[in-house]
Amino acid sequence: MAERAPKLRRPRGRDPLGLRRVLADRLLPALVAAMALLAALAIGGAGGAGALAARWQGGAATAVTIQLSDSGPRPEAALAALRALPEVAEARLLDQERLAALLRPWLGPAMGELPGLLLPALIELRLAALPAEPARFAERVAAAVPGATVETYGVWVARLVALSRSLERLALAVLLLVAAIATAVIAVAVRAGIAARRDSIAVLHGFGATDGDIAGRFARRIALLVAAGALAGTLVAAPVLLGFARLAAPLLGGAATDAAAAPYWRNLPWLELALLPPVAAAIGWLTAQASLRLWLRRLP
Amino acid sequence: MVGAPPRRKRNACESWRGGGGGGILLAMIRFADVGLRYATPAVAGQPGPGPEVLRDITFVLDPGSFHWLLGPSGAGKSSLLALMHLAIRPTRGEVEVLGQPLATARREALPALRRRIGVVYQDYRLLPHVPVFDNVALPLRIAGRAEAQIRADVTEMLRWVGLEAKADTLPAALSGGEQQRAAIARAVVMRPALLVADEPTGNLDLAQARRVLALLREMHRLGTTVVVATHAEALVEEYPAPSLRLQEGVLVGHG
Repeated sequence: MAERAPKLRRPRGRDPLGLRRVLADRLLPALVAAMALLAALAIGGAGGAGALAARWQGGAATAVTIQLSDSGPRPEAALAALRALPEVAEARLLDQERLAALLRPWLGPAMGELPGLLLPALIELRLAALPAEPARFAERVAAAVPGATVETYGVWVARLVALSRSLERLALAVLLLVAAIATAVIAVAVRAGIAARRDSIAVLHGFGATDGDIAGRFARRIALLVAAGALAGTLVAAPVLLGFARLAAPLLGGAATDAAAAPYWRNLPWLELALLPPVAAAIGWLTAQASLRLWLRRLP
Repeated sequence: MVGAPPRRKRNACESWRGGGGGGILLAMIRFADVGLRYATPAVAGQPGPGPEVLRDITFVLDPGSFHWLLGPSGAGKSSLLALMHLAIRPTRGEVEVLGQPLATARREALPALRRRIGVVYQDYRLLPHVPVFDNVALPLRIAGRAEAQIRADVTEMLRWVGLEAKADTLPAALSGGEQQRAAIARAVVMRPALLVADEPTGNLDLAQARRVLALLREMHRLGTTVVVATHAEALVEEYPAPSLRLQEGVLVGHG
């Protein structure tokens, strides 16, 4: 008679602490998914704000443009007067070729057939610091260069850059806050797991399990649940971020519809988003290890 | 009639009479002027010292011996056993188990020592969410044994305690006697050098108690040092053996 093949042991034998039940695959992953969603949005927001700030940085470099009038001072005199202002870091005359290049998109190729067209004299100012009140600064410039037309749009662009930078920093702060809350949530889940399995932990400890063994069982389970939750949250965030990237594409020099020219999805911080699940899992693993080892120290 | 538990070749660390490191073990357990207090609940943030539950305990147990641990409820039997299986440390005095003085033992060294000690609890303490097989396999898995060896050893051990047919049953579905036999199988599956049992027959009828005790005697016959705490005087008369007798935390008799 053939010997009966030994029955395969059920996998729960590898889970003597019953962690699959006490650290169930519902609540903790759902909470982590919600936080991963917020973290992904924060990462996307920080990336977007940083890209916008970088894009606008060039515009902000020229904070003020001054158009000289025919009846006003000559360009050299105007430059000297402007350089004497304390706010001005640099003042330079815009050369005619660059001015023509700027106007060509509006006047078209026929511009070259207008030899009599007189281009105004323009001076670009780079400021040492952004003026608190651009209107009053414009009045001072106008007083220094009589008859000049002052455009302070660059000041506003610089303010937008500062705003973008602030938003970028705020998004990073939100990211840290989300990470801290996630750590706290994981720590609470681990403590609940310890409380529910206190007797079983004592049995394992009594039969010679090391702190590393017991903590490792919790940490592996927590890391798995956290990674799954973070992956789900990141996947949910992806289409939302793609929508924002598409909206922001024109501001970043790309096109929302012309994917071949400058695909808008390239503006997303894909590497950071891809790192979100493993980083979250690492936070979960470390939190569980620390919580367990701290608690186990009270056993002899 | 209880058969012999499965035999297999033992290494030096598992030697029932040998000490750690291969030397000859003169004393399996040695207590010298041992005192024990439990901390009382914290008052104003500081846990205070409780009354001494064990006082001036001094004795030596030889390797391979069988001892009853006797005394009324509250005499300190469970505390004495807890010191023997390293669940607690003494407040004062010196405890030496398997040749290892606890006062100088680093905490990291204790798990390896615990793997050489089998414990049978009065309330069994089987893991409720895994079947009998996995409960008995627990010490082997903690020790990192290969799954094939675990399967063979646990099957033999379950056969020895008469629970082969209950391998896949959860502890809650077993009778008290069956749970206690499963707990004994778990305690001895690693072939411990020392086996301590805390009131192993306390919740059983006489027939079940005799069967459980026969298993413990069989382990002793094979060379394991066995200490059994009980207040069942009938069983003690049935199986005469040296005893440690406690009275209000003091050792009042040894022999």
